Amino acid sequence: MMKLSRYVLYDILRSKIIIAYTLFLFIVSVSMFQMEEENSKAMLSLMNIILIVLPLVSLVFTTIHYYNSYEFIELMLSQPLSRKRILLSEYAGISLSLLSSFLIGVGIPVVLYAATETGMAIIFTGSALTMVFTSIAFLASVSARDKAKGIGFALLLWFYFALIYDGLVLLILFTFSDYPLEKLTLVLSALNPIDLGRIFIMLKMDVSALMGYTGALYKDFFGSSSGLLFTIGIMTVWALLPLWVALRKFKKKDL
Amino acid sequence: MRFIILFISLCISPFIFGNIIIVGKDKPINSIIKGIELAKNGDTVKVFPGLYKEGRITITKSITLIGINYPVIDGEKKVENMILSGSDIKVQGFHFIDSKHSSSNDYSAINIIDATRVIVENNKITNAHFGIHLANTTYCTINGNTILGQAVSEQSAGNGIHIWKSSYAFVTNNHIQGHRDGIYFEFVTESEIRNNKSENNIRYGLHFMFSHNNFYAYNIFRKNGAGVAVMYTHHVRMENNVFEENWGTASYAILLKDITDSKIANNKFISNTVGIFMEGCNRIAVNKNLFNKNGWAMKVQANCVDNVITNNNFKGNTFDIATNGTMVSSSFDNNYWDKYDGYDMNKDGIGDITYHPVSMYSMIIEQNPTALILLRSFMVTLLDKAEKAIPSLTPENLVDKKPKMKPFKL
Amino acid sequence: MIRIEHINKRFKKLKALNDISVSFEKGQVISLIGPNGSGKTTLIKSILGMAKPDSGKIYFNNECINGGFNYRNEIGYMPQIGRYPDNMKIGQLFSMLKNIRNTMEENIDNELIREFDLCPMFEKPMRTLSGGTRQKVSAAIAFLFNPPVLILDEPTAGLDPLSSEILKEKIIKEKQKGKLILITSHILSDLDELTTHVMYLQDGKMQFFKNIETLREDTGEIKLGKAIARIMKGEDPTGNFISEVLNKKI
Repeated sequence: MMKLSRYVLYDILRSKIIIAYTLFLFIVSVSMFQMEEENSKAMLSLMNIILIVLPLVSLVFTTIHYYNSYEFIELMLSQPLSRKRILLSEYAGISLSLLSSFLIGVGIPVVLYAATETGMAIIFTGSALTMVFTSIAFLASVSARDKAKGIGFALLLWFYFALIYDGLVLLILFTFSDYPLEKLTLVLSALNPIDLGRIFIMLKMDVSALMGYTGALYKDFFGSSSGLLFTIGIMTVWALLPLWVALRKFKKKDL
Repeated sequence: MRFIILFISLCISPFIFGNIIIVGKDKPINSIIKGIELAKNGDTVKVFPGLYKEGRITITKSITLIGINYPVIDGEKKVENMILSGSDIKVQGFHFIDSKHSSSNDYSAINIIDATRVIVENNKITNAHFGIHLANTTYCTINGNTILGQAVSEQSAGNGIHIWKSSYAFVTNNHIQGHRDGIYFEFVTESEIRNNKSENNIRYGLHFMFSHNNFYAYNIFRKNGAGVAVMYTHHVRMENNVFEENWGTASYAILLKDITDSKIANNKFISNTVGIFMEGCNRIAVNKNLFNKNGWAMKVQANCVDNVITNNNFKGNTFDIATNGTMVSSSFDNNYWDKYDGYDMNKDGIGDITYHPVSMYSMIIEQNPTALILLRSFMVTLLDKAEKAIPSLTPENLVDKKPKMKPFKL
Repeated sequence: MIRIEHINKRFKKLKALNDISVSFEKGQVISLIGPNGSGKTTLIKSILGMAKPDSGKIYFNNECINGGFNYRNEIGYMPQIGRYPDNMKIGQLFSMLKNIRNTMEENIDNELIREFDLCPMFEKPMRTLSGGTRQKVSAAIAFLFNPPVLILDEPTAGLDPLSSEILKEKIIKEKQKGKLILITSHILSDLDELTTHVMYLQDGKMQFFKNIETLREDTGEIKLGKAIARIMKGEDPTGNFISEVLNKKI
């Protein structure tokens, strides 16, 4: 498997987009830490990047790369290789390169400037979201036949996870504000990896606020070790499930 | 001349130095009560180490009682360990354990009642119901005591230092933890509370009502169940205190209810659910404080008037200011807000556009607390930005017209 | 060696393969011919497992391929249009394939690389190559692992006459080794000298599968092209040639 991934990785590195992305993350992270007197403010900006830019880049980059490496996939298919191996190699190659971009671009500055619990939470969430959205992008790419549709689909998914979903949650919270909704919001948040990641960082960053009002419930749940396992578990499901569905589709697909 | 001096000093000496009475388990006088009985005003009773189970020890004479190496006075959970009444009494260096507990009466390890100029110093008190209880006293000093309770519930627990209807009290250098309220004042005036540490108490670190003209300085209030609550009082000064990690659904680093004409300066509010909660407060000056990593740095209810919040640093708080109405009649000028993203064209260190410290989302959360779960989401950020452009929900006149570009050096 | 039983494939409304059953054996060189869109490439892709038939089975050495992939060890495939990763250099492409196949160096057939003189171009990235060079690369890859089955989709299209000739020589050489070679083409004349059998597809249906000798006899033409043309004009295009094919000893 790693044999193939190596070629995928090589191909990605040659395209230079990934290097630009790494540099972008690195420059933004470092300049934030340099500009802001308070690390907490830099972390806040970083958090926004991780929750918004990271999923977007992961989705679009993966989708474009998938369609660009269609030839490679075709070539591999004529070789004695299973489809599963080919797709998983592609996934491993792309997610690993995006992940290393993130770890170099954001991870290193965070470790250098703010190796706090919040910093670690940011690194964890960023890594998890990279894996998750690469996986979701594979599903989008395998499902859509042509590049334009695939990228459109990926953008739509991003829009949904980053914005629309939260809007819907807020709508629900206000429509049913007379009912106790704490448990429900807990479940709802787990259904969106971006929300889950956000809450995970928030637990470290805004622990004081979360201790007030209903926040205490979230804090009790996510702050416990079982909450941590829950977060890791759900993130893993989010990373594996779309990939698994994509794999099933890919196996049945004509190429 | 020399003779006269000698004569005078001989006459005064019993009053200045007094006699010294030694109490010890292996000494001729082996009970503290006996020692006190034998002492006259101005005498000193020195107690050697040992376990003294003598029931209630009462002192009404003006004597000094000194424990050497913390002799233990055991209340066996049956009595109050010591009662002090009168004037010029000093108790120092004892370890009080297991005073009587009750859910209906305020039993304490040291009960000071109808007294003046009493000094209770450098004692340890463990597992008491109330630690030190003062009622109807003047000029009493409570200094350097360590009071460790094991309170489990608010109903069954007593306060660490409880003072009622007293004036000119000095509460200094004490360490109180594990009680209901660390320090509790009711009708206490002209007093000074300095350098104490009150932490991990079930309810409040400091709690006072109707206690005017008191000065609180250099105290540390940490991890108390509901922080600090002070009510119905005027002319309070609180300076250089630290309020830390007071977390909870109804926890405030400091809750100010009906406080007027007071000053809160140079304090540090760090990692509290709410830094300062103000309700019905008038003419309070909040100066030069640091608000860092709090959930809400300040919650100012609409019924607060003429408070001046200035020269403070607001850093890393989830929300800076929250309020429950649209009318605001306090001033928030000239603070440093780390969320301020304005500019300073004329380089005078003051931002050229006003800062709105109340975010729209904090108003939403006031209405619907569950919505806190969406904090920091992209959508909420967009809502806040939109609100900044066209304010509709947030109070228009709650602004800092002169936000500082750089934090104050505090 | 390859046995196809009743496979069907439909792309939305278009019926690409319509109940095709056929059997290919060692030593045969089969010309798979038919008009554009008749299903030639789909048939090949089905054999390679790249397209999944809606129904029917394909056996390779009496084993149903059914999603498996190891049988592709024994197939060399030259696609109609060779598309390769843009950033990859020719040399890397070959070394990657060798790496993936894990083949011993002595089993590698470098003849076409040599003949096409590809070595000097090893450092060129694939995106800079002309169509013809790509075809050469594709051909070289197909023969690289000395497989017992060769599937060549329009092998001579886009090749200059000289290269075309080299490829033809190579095919003949492999034929003599007793390999099964499946060639699609509509440039009929090219294939005359190689072919042992002709399979003719039209609108997804197999019209006939015949030994070349039989075909010549049937049509009275020496040239394959003319023979086919006669059939295409054919008096009986829907005639059931399959039974004929299956009955006749090849």
